Amino acid sequence: MIVYLDNQATTPTDPRVMAAARPYYESLFGNPHSTEHDLGRASAEAVESARQDIASLIGAEPREIILTSGATEANNLAIKGAARFAGLAGPRRIITFATEHKCVLESVRDLGAEGFEPLILPVRPNGLIDLDTLEAALRTPTLLVSAMAANNETGILQDIAAIAALAHRAGALFHTDLAQAAGKIPIDVAALGIQLASISAHKIYGPKGIGALYLRRRPRVRLAPLFSGGGQERGVRSGTVPAPLAVGFGEACRLARSEMAQDSARISPLRARLADHLHALIPGLIENNAAAPHLPGALSLRFPGVRALDLIGASPGLCVSTGSACTSADIAPSYVLSAMGLSPLQAACSLRLGIGRFTSAAEIDHAAQMLADAFHHLSGGAPRQPTSTSHLAEA
Amino acid sequence: MIYLDANATEPLRPQARLAVLEALDLLGNPSSVHSAGRAARKMLEAARAGISARFGARPADLVFTSGGTEANHLAIAGLAAGRQVIYGATEHDAVRAAAAGRDGMVLPVLASGEADLPALAERLRRTGPALVCLMHANNETGVLNPIAEAAALCHAHGARLHVDAVQSAGRIGFSMQSLGADSLALSGHKLGGPKGAGALILAPDIGLAAQIAGGGQEQGRRGGTPALPAIAGFAAALEAAGDTTHLAALRDHAEAAAVALGAIICGAGDRLPNTTCLAWPGRRADTQVIALDLAGIAVSAGAACSSGKVARSHVLEAMGLRDLAGCAIRVSLPWNVTRPDIDGFIHALTAHSARVQAA
Repeated sequence: MIVYLDNQATTPTDPRVMAAARPYYESLFGNPHSTEHDLGRASAEAVESARQDIASLIGAEPREIILTSGATEANNLAIKGAARFAGLAGPRRIITFATEHKCVLESVRDLGAEGFEPLILPVRPNGLIDLDTLEAALRTPTLLVSAMAANNETGILQDIAAIAALAHRAGALFHTDLAQAAGKIPIDVAALGIQLASISAHKIYGPKGIGALYLRRRPRVRLAPLFSGGGQERGVRSGTVPAPLAVGFGEACRLARSEMAQDSARISPLRARLADHLHALIPGLIENNAAAPHLPGALSLRFPGVRALDLIGASPGLCVSTGSACTSADIAPSYVLSAMGLSPLQAACSLRLGIGRFTSAAEIDHAAQMLADAFHHLSGGAPRQPTSTSHLAEA
Repeated sequence: MIYLDANATEPLRPQARLAVLEALDLLGNPSSVHSAGRAARKMLEAARAGISARFGARPADLVFTSGGTEANHLAIAGLAAGRQVIYGATEHDAVRAAAAGRDGMVLPVLASGEADLPALAERLRRTGPALVCLMHANNETGVLNPIAEAAALCHAHGARLHVDAVQSAGRIGFSMQSLGADSLALSGHKLGGPKGAGALILAPDIGLAAQIAGGGQEQGRRGGTPALPAIAGFAAALEAAGDTTHLAALRDHAEAAAVALGAIICGAGDRLPNTTCLAWPGRRADTQVIALDLAGIAVSAGAACSSGKVARSHVLEAMGLRDLAGCAIRVSLPWNVTRPDIDGFIHALTAHSARVQAA
């Protein structure tokens, strides 16, 4: 049995999403911008209906949803687009945080080369943003603050309403990366004071290749596009909208909205069950994300004295990761955990587990046993020979 | 419904549909190192190998994008540093927008629709290092540019050549070497794959500045989780795309009937086998498209882009056909077109012409 507990990296496509998208891979193949004929109009209507479902998931209006190829593009578009539109005449400071997704950190850093002033603030040891530090940083006029709602490695939830309020009081725009949070916890962009937000379909049981940027209309937030052309998506994002992916994304959002409560009610006890099993089997196990609110399905576990990469190697039936999928081929320890004050060795001994809509109790029990067996196998014998991460040994 | 708007999007090929469904069933992020991730990675790399081989390129020189627009933009933004951008007057809006944003210089086309090579040579002599952007086949007329000749000129002057091959890929045979291109933009859904994937292929050892920053995917040249179902479908569609000579025969048949009904062919020279651009002087294109739509026939008055509005074609204006620019319809045959489809089109066209003449 292969047990998949890497639902932060990507989620299985919900069969209902596939069913919804399927006709648009078959007879309804029209280009949604070919509104001169029936087939194009059928596609266009499906895209607009999907846009409604995507908007509803986060309390937005359909006209505020810009479809992109995914959350990475949406994050790039929000951050670079807002800065480039504003230009260098006004405030140049752009604030983000050390535990953000790599694409946010890189987008902010890229803007440094264009004359803006990136500022990457630390987080507290519990993983939460320090509001006092942010408030102090905002005394310098600031263009944009970007803070993720839920972290991709730890699932830790930030106080988005408070961060947005600080940003607004200082006259800065506020962007949030909702790739992990949307569909998992209730989000209302208006109530939270969000002006820009990014979502991804494949993190919520939809297809890879599509995401969205929420772009507030009233008062209107304006962006420079990353690329232009046919003028699709209100001129903010050109390129043919992939109608089947949009339909799948819409269905994924509709399902997430209507089943969020029941998903959480099933996933939270599974997480507790996995943690309880592992605590019983592995003395000294530490939960890195225990000191802050987190997503219902997210676990970040530190195994005493055993490296996570070795655990993964010793549990071939288990799909888990040491951190973000983007960087999972790296041997460097997680920068997210390092930012929370973990030593390189502590970070290297940490595993990310994500429980999803399709995880069963039997899989949880099996996963716990596999991990415990691997742990005891690795820690029971002679001290492990240094592996590819041997440079950490002295750390 | 008779579908003759393939240049807007091709119907999905059955092989591509199977590949998409298989990829949707496959769990895993191609960047993850566990078994599910490795299976996804294997599918991704197989697609990369298949597509790059078709164009004589190395897998490492192919960057997946969300589509043709992004691929064209990535090429221009990623290769233009320190170079004067020169672009053809009939390029797609994606290229025109990216080039215009960099103070690009417009290269005129001849009446045939082909790029004016003597003018290119003259511009290359005047400018410093340049990035020249020429489409292989035009999306409205199907006219083919003399890419190999343009490439020789570019390289003789130290310029690079970016080729938008969105419309030609899968419809006619060529490679990076036969074109002499330094970069090539492709779109999956224009060759019978699904929407949502495209690619930029680079000649060996050409460095590219990433435009979407992210987790280091695509060797740091394009961030974001790859759109695996769309990419797998793209590769399967390209593999299935082959001989298109039957399209030329059907296109010629439709065209002869249209000419007999008074049509003028815009760009009748060397062109794609599936495309014809037909104009009736004084007869508005939008009226004609609506009439054909009512008769169950899908054609277009130009590029399928943002608005559905029929704007005057910049392509025909650049070819000196200003008077016809609002009067042309684009008929583009999909890979699965049949003889009865063409007969149905001719029938509807004949009926419409009779009504117009009676009015």
